[in-house]
Amino acid sequence: MTTVEHAAGATRASGRIGLDRQSITGLVFGVLGIALLAGVAPAISGTSRRFNFEPPPDPAGIGFHPPTWVIAIGVLFLLTAVLGFAPPEARRWATPARLLSALAVIPLLLVLSLALSDNPSTNIVNLFNESLVLATPLALGATTGLWCERSGIINIGIEGTMLAGAGIGYMTYATIGDAQSTGWLWFSILISVLAGGVVAALLAVLSIRFGVNQIVGGVVINLFALGLTGFLRSEVIVKTGITTGVGTSEFGLPLLSEIPVIGDQLFRGKPIYWMMYLVVIGTWLVMFRTPWGLRVRSCGENPHAAETLGVNVVRIRYQSVILGGLIAGLAGAWFSMESQTRFEDNMTNAAGFIALAALIFGKWTPWGAFGGALLFGFSRALGTRLQFLGVEVSGFEIPSEFLQALPFIVTLVVVAGAVGRSIPPAAAGQPFQRSK
Amino acid sequence: MAQASGGAARPVLEVEGITKAFPGVVANDDVSLTLNQGEIHCLLGENGAGKSTLVNMVFGLYRPDQGTIKVRGEEVHFEDSGDAIARGIGMVHQHFQLIPVFTVAENIILGNEVTKGAFLDLDSARRQIDSLAERYGLAVDPDATVGDLSVGEQQRVELVKALFRDADILILDEPTAVLTPGEVDDFFGVVESLTGQGKSIIFITHKLREVLAVADRITVLRAGRVVGTATAEGATQQSLANLMVGRDVVFRVDKAEADPGAPVLRTQGLRVADDRGVETVTGFDVEVKAGEIFGIAGVEGNGQRELVEAVCGMRPTAGGRVEILGQETTDWSPRKITELGVAHVPENRSKHGVVAQYTIADNLVLNRYHHRKFSQRGVRNTAAINAEAQELVEQFDVRTPGVDAVIDTLSGGNQQKVIVARELTGDLKALVVAQPTRGLDVGSIEFIHRKIIELRDRGVAVLLVSAELDEIMSLSDRIGVLYRGRLAGTVNAADATREELGLLMATGSSEGQR
Repeated sequence: MTTVEHAAGATRASGRIGLDRQSITGLVFGVLGIALLAGVAPAISGTSRRFNFEPPPDPAGIGFHPPTWVIAIGVLFLLTAVLGFAPPEARRWATPARLLSALAVIPLLLVLSLALSDNPSTNIVNLFNESLVLATPLALGATTGLWCERSGIINIGIEGTMLAGAGIGYMTYATIGDAQSTGWLWFSILISVLAGGVVAALLAVLSIRFGVNQIVGGVVINLFALGLTGFLRSEVIVKTGITTGVGTSEFGLPLLSEIPVIGDQLFRGKPIYWMMYLVVIGTWLVMFRTPWGLRVRSCGENPHAAETLGVNVVRIRYQSVILGGLIAGLAGAWFSMESQTRFEDNMTNAAGFIALAALIFGKWTPWGAFGGALLFGFSRALGTRLQFLGVEVSGFEIPSEFLQALPFIVTLVVVAGAVGRSIPPAAAGQPFQRSK
Repeated sequence: MAQASGGAARPVLEVEGITKAFPGVVANDDVSLTLNQGEIHCLLGENGAGKSTLVNMVFGLYRPDQGTIKVRGEEVHFEDSGDAIARGIGMVHQHFQLIPVFTVAENIILGNEVTKGAFLDLDSARRQIDSLAERYGLAVDPDATVGDLSVGEQQRVELVKALFRDADILILDEPTAVLTPGEVDDFFGVVESLTGQGKSIIFITHKLREVLAVADRITVLRAGRVVGTATAEGATQQSLANLMVGRDVVFRVDKAEADPGAPVLRTQGLRVADDRGVETVTGFDVEVKAGEIFGIAGVEGNGQRELVEAVCGMRPTAGGRVEILGQETTDWSPRKITELGVAHVPENRSKHGVVAQYTIADNLVLNRYHHRKFSQRGVRNTAAINAEAQELVEQFDVRTPGVDAVIDTLSGGNQQKVIVARELTGDLKALVVAQPTRGLDVGSIEFIHRKIIELRDRGVAVLLVSAELDEIMSLSDRIGVLYRGRLAGTVNAADATREELGLLMATGSSEGQR
């Protein structure tokens, strides 16, 4: 094709009428922007508010004028909307603008919630730290899903695997360590991890050896874990008479936790929380930088191609699913021995499913999944914070259930538009039959 | 052509008395084959003759029931393809075994990774790939994502993949089926440079012209048995075709003079956009009359697919109109167009032709399952469907264990026969066929051609789109050349020459330069 024809082709392509996802996202931002500028900014209180960086008394922080921020973010949204329909030369700015706008939703939520409450200030460093901590089981669970799905096995049994880890680990701790000794605590965490591995092995056998539908297999795991841990709680844990005990304890990272103002809040944490980072980094390294990781990914994309190159697909899938299970077991230990030191029925409370959402949100990559987990962790932390702040709209106090759900809804809607379509590994969910 | 050097041919691969049965079928029955050093050995046979089964055993994917395989004189028992690779055997599968989301380098090293410590060493892999590519004239970009590559490029990746594993016995399973004529010539160049450097090649095909062009020796399989061996010098297309099919094959399509009636299918200024939104059909006018075959020739990608899909209601038009039997049918639904008596044999067999996981019977009634005959008050009449299917399977010679077999288990040729059987049945007014014989063997091609002619003689208007110029020339009554989305010229098939059509296809004008 000559250059002229190329140009003609490009014009035809862009001249097409129709709404794609990007234009819709642009429109949503446009509507939000107008609403912020015309509706919200004039309506909210003009009194100055403060973001603190440390707990009282006399915290460091920045004061701000809420309407100014709302207007600034509103302008950004409008600009994003306009760029979406701009001529092709200006369009390359559209994608960064969308991402920026998506990120701006987080400060917007913070500014609005503070402006609409009676409290003049809130500690945002602490809020960020809470988000990270609450993201721990989600990031671990998403990593579990990552290992399974990248190898070709859809695992919706993450929830049950976590729950089994939480229950069996705590049962061990309560029965042999009286939920008191540090040595038995670590032993019990190890038991949690192994229990996760065993439950995942069950899923692996069902879906790989017997070719059971993977969704069905996962549901079975979830029901099985719920029943098993409920039984163990009432028959073993309750009978020990131990209701709570000593969980893992916080420690600060050397040097980093010495940083003034933020160090003590951001770089102090409990061990499973720190291990979560190691698991994410390790997963990224192993999956994308080692031969074994390459083979795992090939099994999730085209197992038959992998087989023709002498890759043992069945073995790789077993290994990946069980590795994922060990990670889910660790997430279970977070619930019953780190976040709290006790075990309740269904204590994971759908974290395994939110982890799956984080995985999909993160487009089946370790860092994306971590980002997704962080976003959901933030949503949860903010929901709790909003309840403390007591947000009112024109004298009407918003019900706490709605405040809990709101951050999830807003972040999901807006960021889904900016992140876009997520494509799973091609062979995920497909049973593999070895050639004979 | 690299003949086996020196006097005595040295066998690198000997297959002796191999038998392999699958449930219900003996795929290979006492097959023997010898491949000599530096030779191109063609394995010729119809679809389902057992060629792929045989080489899959040589490559360790299947295990033979009986017989022995020797590599360089040593008997081997492969557990998996890893064992075969270790013995220097490489295979390029008919359906590429590539991972589209991986880069070229990742695809090539998978299973045989280059490492530095515990980690992948992609830099050194890249260097090795570049040097292989240069040595054998196989240009590939190690960092490209495989899914973005053309079919020809993907095939080069497959070859480099085998060479990267130091393969010196290469099995090429229908390598040319997916290539354009130009790419085929390049490919033959590569094959000869490979044998020139001492590689030995088993070349599977059912295209006779190619066999005679590249083979040193030829083994012909039919129904799982070796029915003949020949050298390229001693064979002709006719002799090979007869061996392959087991009877005399007629290459020329016999047909009477066309007797065109009233116009049935007409388009005016039709414009259609492709998936990217680029208009690839840019004002297409045609009129196909009852009882004639109008062939559309053209280099692929000149709007053929979009044209066919728009006429059949599968793709919205961007302008212009489509008329069938005098009614405007522009942007009608596919079902409404089908109900008018328009049949469509789609280009993409697996995507638009069949539902891969349905049975043959269900696939045979896909366009009519809702008719009174096959369902009453929303309930399927399984007996009627099966009876119809049984009849069509016999009538169209579909080779299958039964009408309740899942269609995915059939060979491509038999799947195509199912599609043709479904579409060509009923009270037809017009037939739109795209690439009706792509990837099929001689026997099936002959059969499908005869069926299309029969329909024409019954007064059906046929619009035929094909990338095979031979097919267009032998079937059509009139030939239109599609060039950049419009008809560059229409000629009577009787007067058309390959040269004239080729010029029109390449430049859009019979004078050559525009």
